Amino acid sequence: MKVLVAVKRVIDPYVRVRVAEDGTGVITKNAKMAMNPFDEIALEQAIRLKEAGLVSEIILVSIGEHAGQETLRKGLAMGADRAIHVETDATFQPIQIAHILKQIADEEKPMLALLGKQTIDGDHNQTGQMLAALLDWPQATFISELTLTATTATACREIDGGLETIEVDLPAVVTADLRLNEPRYASLPSIMKAKSKPLVTRSLSEFPAAQIEHIKVLAVSAPAERKPGVRVDSVEALMDKLKNEAQVI
Amino acid sequence: MRVLVIAEHSQETCFSATDHAVTAAKQLTSDVDILIAGEGCKKAAERAATLEGVTQVLLADHGCYQHQFAESLSKLILTLAPEYDYFIAAATQFGKNLMPRVAALLNVAQLSDVVAIESADIFVRPLYAGNALEQVQLLDAKKVLTIRATAFSATNHGITPAPIKQIDTQIDWNKTRFIRQTLSPCERPDLTTARIIVSGGRGLQSQENFQLVERLADILGAAVGASRAAVDAGFAPNDYQVGQTGKVVAPQLYIAVGISGAIQHIAGMKDSKVIVAINQDPDATIFSYADYGLVGDLFEILPKLITALQNQ
Repeated sequence: MKVLVAVKRVIDPYVRVRVAEDGTGVITKNAKMAMNPFDEIALEQAIRLKEAGLVSEIILVSIGEHAGQETLRKGLAMGADRAIHVETDATFQPIQIAHILKQIADEEKPMLALLGKQTIDGDHNQTGQMLAALLDWPQATFISELTLTATTATACREIDGGLETIEVDLPAVVTADLRLNEPRYASLPSIMKAKSKPLVTRSLSEFPAAQIEHIKVLAVSAPAERKPGVRVDSVEALMDKLKNEAQVI
Repeated sequence: MRVLVIAEHSQETCFSATDHAVTAAKQLTSDVDILIAGEGCKKAAERAATLEGVTQVLLADHGCYQHQFAESLSKLILTLAPEYDYFIAAATQFGKNLMPRVAALLNVAQLSDVVAIESADIFVRPLYAGNALEQVQLLDAKKVLTIRATAFSATNHGITPAPIKQIDTQIDWNKTRFIRQTLSPCERPDLTTARIIVSGGRGLQSQENFQLVERLADILGAAVGASRAAVDAGFAPNDYQVGQTGKVVAPQLYIAVGISGAIQHIAGMKDSKVIVAINQDPDATIFSYADYGLVGDLFEILPKLITALQNQ
């Protein structure tokens, strides 16, 4: 079966982001970029399923600026078979991304769409669920375990009070949480090999449903900073502060 | 303008996350309905009906909603959609699973984790784990939001209940099947609404030692949290995790024990009113967010603190 994996290029998770003073957004110029960590976990899972003989082809999709091709090459080096890049400098809401992915899913007919549960820039946590709704497929979100057969997926989901295991019919959308796996590093030979794997660039104009504007960003600001605190030197001093100064115990 | 709040419940009772979602809804309009969809959930509906200022509770009580799957609930909400302008749920795992599906069926955007409502169509939400805040205008006519429970106070439960209206719509969906649920026993307060939270990190070194954190929490009547490092190391279950990818909390008092203060953890607790950090590394990042920092060996400090609290 074919698997569709979507990846996004984001600011590296270990970089401290800075907000532009003019309120237009977060400064991405010269920032170190990386594959969204949850997408990397989703891709790793797809590769493991392929290695286990359950998956025949992994199609990687990324939507965004030209440099997103680096992220796709990285994914191809990890083990994806081919890549589709929908090139655009515009930023999109998850509903628009979901429409693009839906159209690609209609064309490619994968049995599984494996996505990260959220990107670490927008923190929306929406695309997988929206894609599932548009395709009328079942969804297994925030998963930490996945077992696949030819017709079903069984997934352990991280829910509010603990864990939930569900079974869904394929085709389905699955979104990866942190504890699903630890992604591999691509080896040098596979990085070289990835350069000759197919990467198709498509124009945004091919995806009319994605072009409806839903949101206008008015301003982006930095959150208020906390006032500096004090050090105490003993349990007694701490108790005193909590009781008499902060009055919280 | 009418709002539909989608309640989160255990069939038996309506969870407090819903009380916060109702407060957000009331900031938009006085016409707030609550939907309870489940099986055998009449008690949850009765509980929701006592929330002050609620117009009515819609009760969809049928076997097809037993496991509250997003697939069937979103279709049910779509049938109710012509009546409403806003659809709101708390940004819990339940809300995050459901509301994007609702928005996609309506072909509208969804705003996640809304922390402020500025007008009928202007909202504020965090980006980059709370390192930036985005003020956005929603252009869609139907507006779907999840709200961060800690950013809105809880609506009180009153005496006079709102009317409960039965909804008979059934949704046929058999592509998702429930296998099992493993819930952590919870005698302690819920993390997202607790007044005090004690959280443990990698510094606890083992699952056995993590009990020190739990003992301290129990004396304070607090909820127990954990850093991602502590969860990954198996010291604490996954639903204890506080942080960008876990739970976002804002208690009156947050005590971080043996937590260094990774960006993603800070994102989940920095809105707490008073933060205490106990860590042996004087340079740990957590100290720059703490109101009160105590540098030292937590295995000496925690027993002393527990004794001091017992004696007071």
